[in-house]
Amino acid sequence: MDAIILQILNGLDKGSAYALIALGLTLIFGTLGVVNFAHGALFMIGAFCAVTMQRLLSLSYEEIDPTRTDFLGNPLKVEVPYVEHWFGPDLGGAIIDWSVPLGILLAIPVMIGLGFAMERGLIKHFYKRPHADQILVTFGLAIVLQEIIKYFFGANPIQTGAPAAFSGSFDFGTLLGFDPNVIIYPYWRMVYFLFSLVIIGGVFAFLQFTTFGMVVRAGMADRETVGLLGIDIDRRFTLMFGLAAAVAGLAGVMYTPILAPNYHMGMDFLVLSFVVVVVGGMGSLPGAVLAGFMLGILQSFASMNEVKSLIPGIDQVIIYLVAIVILLTRPRGLMGRKGVMED
Amino acid sequence: MTKSTLTRRGVIKTGAYAGAGLALPTIFTSRARAFTNAPSGNTVTFGFNVPQTGPYADEGLDELRAQELAVEHLNGMGDGGMLNTFSSKALDGTGILGKQVEYVTGDTQTKSDAARASAKAMIEKDGVVMINGGSSSGVAVAVQGLCQEAGIIFMAGLTHSNDTTGKDRKKNGFRHFFNAYMSGAALAPVLEKAYGTDRRAYHLTADYTWGYTQQESIQASTEAIGWETVNNVLTPVGAGDFSSYIAPVLNSGADVLVLNHYGGDMINSITQAVQFGLRDKQVNGKQFEIVVPLYSELMAEGAGDNIKGVYGSMNWNWQLSDPGTKAFVKSFGEKYGRPPSNSAHTCYVQTLLYADAVARAGSFDPCAVAEALEGFEFDGMGNGPVLYRAEDHQCFKDVLVMKGKDNPSTKYDILEIVEVTPVDHVTYPPDHPMFGGAEATLGQCNNGA
Repeated sequence: MDAIILQILNGLDKGSAYALIALGLTLIFGTLGVVNFAHGALFMIGAFCAVTMQRLLSLSYEEIDPTRTDFLGNPLKVEVPYVEHWFGPDLGGAIIDWSVPLGILLAIPVMIGLGFAMERGLIKHFYKRPHADQILVTFGLAIVLQEIIKYFFGANPIQTGAPAAFSGSFDFGTLLGFDPNVIIYPYWRMVYFLFSLVIIGGVFAFLQFTTFGMVVRAGMADRETVGLLGIDIDRRFTLMFGLAAAVAGLAGVMYTPILAPNYHMGMDFLVLSFVVVVVGGMGSLPGAVLAGFMLGILQSFASMNEVKSLIPGIDQVIIYLVAIVILLTRPRGLMGRKGVMED
Repeated sequence: MTKSTLTRRGVIKTGAYAGAGLALPTIFTSRARAFTNAPSGNTVTFGFNVPQTGPYADEGLDELRAQELAVEHLNGMGDGGMLNTFSSKALDGTGILGKQVEYVTGDTQTKSDAARASAKAMIEKDGVVMINGGSSSGVAVAVQGLCQEAGIIFMAGLTHSNDTTGKDRKKNGFRHFFNAYMSGAALAPVLEKAYGTDRRAYHLTADYTWGYTQQESIQASTEAIGWETVNNVLTPVGAGDFSSYIAPVLNSGADVLVLNHYGGDMINSITQAVQFGLRDKQVNGKQFEIVVPLYSELMAEGAGDNIKGVYGSMNWNWQLSDPGTKAFVKSFGEKYGRPPSNSAHTCYVQTLLYADAVARAGSFDPCAVAEALEGFEFDGMGNGPVLYRAEDHQCFKDVLVMKGKDNPSTKYDILEIVEVTPVDHVTYPPDHPMFGGAEATLGQCNNGA
């Protein structure tokens, strides 16, 4: 029982990331009709916004410490971050410590800007082209973005820790009456789960309760009619692209303490997120979220030793197996509607 | 109406004659050639095949730095580095046998097929006489096999699997780096002293040749000191998130986690293990501990604070105080502004060892070079006295047991040497079962003639 609860908890954070990425993918697909293979790269860029924030906050000047020597026997150059110099070691240290959450401040403008640039500069020209062309061009874009990041940040994963306040783990088991130390869940993963719920809630509320959201939803249902009513639907869809990029970016920023970011982390998530979208139902936002959490948890279960000893290698293929089963039984996915991508 | 004179038999006969005729000149040319890529002119070309992209790219970059430095030193530029401390004096900084050394590089991408393709291109297009480098055992075994077929020498870079000089050993392949068995033999006594004999270990193991042999070696050596192995779980290379593999460790009754991971995987798995509070845990009345059998400076740099107090092993470390190490760290540090990693060291040493063997043999013929390397004893390269064993082409030398430092003073000073395990403690017979047993042989030398 404890092992099962542990794996459910475990699946939640991964599921949160899948859900957030799939939500953005579905938004773009539903509004613009574009299959965006660069969406994983946006998640990765978001993660690197956190890394950049950390680097910016840790910008340092060198001081020579004559009492110590470096590896060649020369006097040691000590790096003192400007933030610590300006605000004192305590406050300065705390600011650097919180660089991941502060990365959100950087990620929002960067991601919206990047989203606009992508949509206006490249993807706009592919609306009338077949989906295969869209996939190729966005996939190419993803590779370009990856290589740019690799050029500046190198190929190895970069540790970007959570603030010290969230570095420990929470003994979840004692709440449920288990022995101490049986069900442990890191604080930051809880933060991530809650964060994703807030973002998902925010996106749904925005689409549900604002006039802008209403127009977008109407546009998703029937683009032409909305256009005939004199509404500039294209401009709104561009904004939605920016929003979807920001959602992916924020998902990336907050994920950095869970998984040290490297330049190809986006690709790892992209393929699974597409499966999530397909399982959830093309164009269905609730479907994407539901499928995201469901597949995250399933993947966790499949990694359990008991399961792996029954079916070796199941942890690698479970998501695809489930996708096959669901598509065979419900060809439109869990919550897909009739008529989406069927023309 | 014309009657065709073509018969089936006639066509076959003509074809056979024509084929034999066409093949004849190549038989003569291949006889005429002494060995693959025999250098003509006044230069000789080395091929440095390292991961320049992919998860081990930073290790590859450091190897390239060291290889460039080695070529400089061979050609008489710079301060000469370890050539000044090397016990063999066959090299004098004027190139090799009067030829200046040049090099080309290939990108292994840490994938066996890509590594073989880049090695093949360097052999066929650039005419390299030797290939050096690499950061993965999967790649090393693949490239070693290719070099054997092509008839050139392979001087392995960072490869730690027992198989490289075990069941997959080759007459044309040589390894200076230590191996998984040696890590186990060196680590076990230190672990016994630090954590006692009553421990229960849980292994997470990278799912490829290196992971298997390291896990097998560590399990054998820790069981020999009385530890019990609770479980061994194979994890996919590049899994990223290891939390679903780490969570079950909590309730398994284990009190030690052995991470048979390398590079980015190790950085992720140890970070996540610490996040899950494993190191703050008490199990069976003992403090829970983590062991990383194979360390590297670049990995330690990536894992940051999480490796404090964690034991592991290394082939070499820049903090050693022998003259060879000092000379190498000085040349490398002054050129690149950072101390060399142990993968850089092994590639540098391998390049010099190859050059020295050519100089001693008086020929670039791979079979002559192999003969010069077999049974070669040397010193002054940073590891104390070393033997290149003739039976399996494995170097035997002291092994370093390392620990993550509690209070590092600089960003390069994150590991400390806790013990230098003497070579006698890590030596094994060439027909050891973990190394392919009695069936494992080097085979015949191939010089491509």
